[in-house]
Amino acid sequence: MKITIKYFGILAETSGKKEEILEVDKGMSAAELKGRQIKTYQIPEEESVQLAVNQNLNTEVELKEGDEVAFLPPFAGG
Amino acid sequence: MDKKKPKKVFVQGAIPPEKIAQSIANHQSKTNIGAHSIFLGQIRADEVNGKAVGAIEYSAYEEMAEKVFHEIREAAFSKFDITCAHIYHSLGKVKTGELCLFVFTSSAHRKIAIDACTYFVEEIKAKVPIFGKEIFEDETHQWKVNK
Repeated sequence: MKITIKYFGILAETSGKKEEILEVDKGMSAAELKGRQIKTYQIPEEESVQLAVNQNLNTEVELKEGDEVAFLPPFAGG
Repeated sequence: MDKKKPKKVFVQGAIPPEKIAQSIANHQSKTNIGAHSIFLGQIRADEVNGKAVGAIEYSAYEEMAEKVFHEIREAAFSKFDITCAHIYHSLGKVKTGELCLFVFTSSAHRKIAIDACTYFVEEIKAKVPIFGKEIFEDETHQWKVNK
């Protein structure tokens, strides 16, 4: 199944990408995807990275076809 | 109606000081208001390893940020008896000394306006996916993390 991944801030810089569409196995969890992308792009400080699945920070979900997963570095608003 | 409709929060570049004056002026016809509270975030020239920050370039996961801003608004209106609330946040480059965040809350009495304003600022810093690239005067950069 296809999912869209978006990278922001320092993560877009590290991965060299703002967005990519990936083919992943059905039933993959958000946590598994996080681990995989962190390894692929050798993203440091893994614990500081939050994922949002379809703009929702609750990532205790199984990914579905067409999902948008955002890789978010620490927030710095204000 | 003020609290139901999602409002445009992001502005491109620095927030001009005139916008604050204009916002105050816009509320003079609302005579049930007895207190305004205003928070202004300004870009600080932090020094890191002898280099000073010259500007912050803000970016955001805009669709999610607009949604979270709306949720914060809804929560604030249910927690505090405020008459109205306005939030503006910069995107793009904002130089040191310029404004990047403007929160404006109004109520019949001061304590509610002040508490609501603080609530907005803390929630925005903690929950909205906004990212800041601190650009030094020599054009190198580092990524800002909220403390």
